[in-house]
Amino acid sequence: MKLEADVLFEQAVETLIHDIHAQYGYDFSGYARASVYRRIKRFLGNKNLASVEELRKSLFQDPYFFENFLQEITVNVTEMFRDPTFFLALREKVLPILSTYPFIKIWDAGCSTGEELFSLAILLKEEGLLERTKIYATDINQKVLKQAKEGIFNLANMASYTSAYYAAGGKTEFSSYYTSSYGSAKFDASLVKNAVFYPHNLATDSSFNEFHLILCRNVLIYFNRELQERVFNLFDESLVSLGYLGLGKKETLAMSQIHNSYTCLDKSNRIYRKATR
Amino acid sequence: MKKETKVIVIGGSWGGIKASQEILKQLPASYGIPIVMVLHRLRNFDGNLQIVFEKRVALQVIEVEEKEKLQAGYVYVAPSNYHVLLEKDQTFSLDVSELENYSRPAIDVTFTSAAEAFGSNTIGIVLSGASKDGSAGLKEIAARGGTVIVQDPREAEVDTMPLAAIASVPGCQIMNSECIQAFLLSLHDH
Repeated sequence: MKLEADVLFEQAVETLIHDIHAQYGYDFSGYARASVYRRIKRFLGNKNLASVEELRKSLFQDPYFFENFLQEITVNVTEMFRDPTFFLALREKVLPILSTYPFIKIWDAGCSTGEELFSLAILLKEEGLLERTKIYATDINQKVLKQAKEGIFNLANMASYTSAYYAAGGKTEFSSYYTSSYGSAKFDASLVKNAVFYPHNLATDSSFNEFHLILCRNVLIYFNRELQERVFNLFDESLVSLGYLGLGKKETLAMSQIHNSYTCLDKSNRIYRKATR
Repeated sequence: MKKETKVIVIGGSWGGIKASQEILKQLPASYGIPIVMVLHRLRNFDGNLQIVFEKRVALQVIEVEEKEKLQAGYVYVAPSNYHVLLEKDQTFSLDVSELENYSRPAIDVTFTSAAEAFGSNTIGIVLSGASKDGSAGLKEIAARGGTVIVQDPREAEVDTMPLAAIASVPGCQIMNSECIQAFLLSLHDH
């Protein structure tokens, strides 16, 4: 038995995905469906919309509503020093090699609200590399890029971020990086003074520079295999020889066509290094 | 006609590890239906549950990797700090979105996606736990004609989760772990 409602819902979502692409240029056709269904159902519930048809009407009448939808449909849940061992590995295994370059370029792909970006900047600062590093922070979503630039995070999270920071090999007082007021922690703006922020859609946009390190963590899990392959190729084009790629804890290069031209630097932290051609 | 693929989804919280060991211990390594297990644990606790199971369970117990294909003979455990969803093509998707029922992984997320992807071929089992997670997902499974089982609250270490599931799906089958195991074995024989 299969609920008729499921079939109707799924068909309506497929049509919606098609029409969003046509109208707004955002292509969600390569997104893993179970997650998309869940996000849309959640959005319908939050906005008190009875059906995908109703959602569709609002989306196409109101670009601001679409912006809001875009933010909710793409997952923007993130944290500082998520998986501290990953950042420790960056600090101990990757940054010492990057320090041999006179100028370092890093791409934080899918930077969301900036928690990862600021974690990375703190790491670079403590390893004495921040001044000669340029970080390109990109996301599909313009709204979160603005937040990422501001570096204002919920003060209530600072206790857990502090322990994650120390687990990632933090060298000073974590609280020295932010000032707190009214329940918020505002991070030192000088951490991102060399960072640039651009909208970039991994599903449709192309390579725009060459990098020594690309971070793209917990973004690929939302994509199907074909779209993942596209993104891996995009990263491959965008990495210098011997450049590094850092993925999320449960993401892997192993199934990809490009994996033969990479070595796995740290298996449990999913850090890969491009081989020389 | 090709036999439709079944899936067994198990959810547990406090007391859930012990209960699931009881349920799985007699299942043969060749057991014909893939099993997906969501057990609440501490966030950022990286200790692998495999170790807890490998001595007591003949089936292969592994952590879910994203896009992996479901296979018989395996018990797939939800990784810490990720929601696990099932796709129609019988692969896994992972998700780091908001906590649900204060949990990630949340049982409701996995149960609901299993119901949507596998319909009446879903067997959902709610075990011991001090949470209400699982009851909404179990309802979704029941609504699509799947099999819904709840551990007998009298046997469960903490009865909150079984009681919530029973309240949510009054027509569920209430069994102790021995009966659940016998039921799962009977599915294998057919």
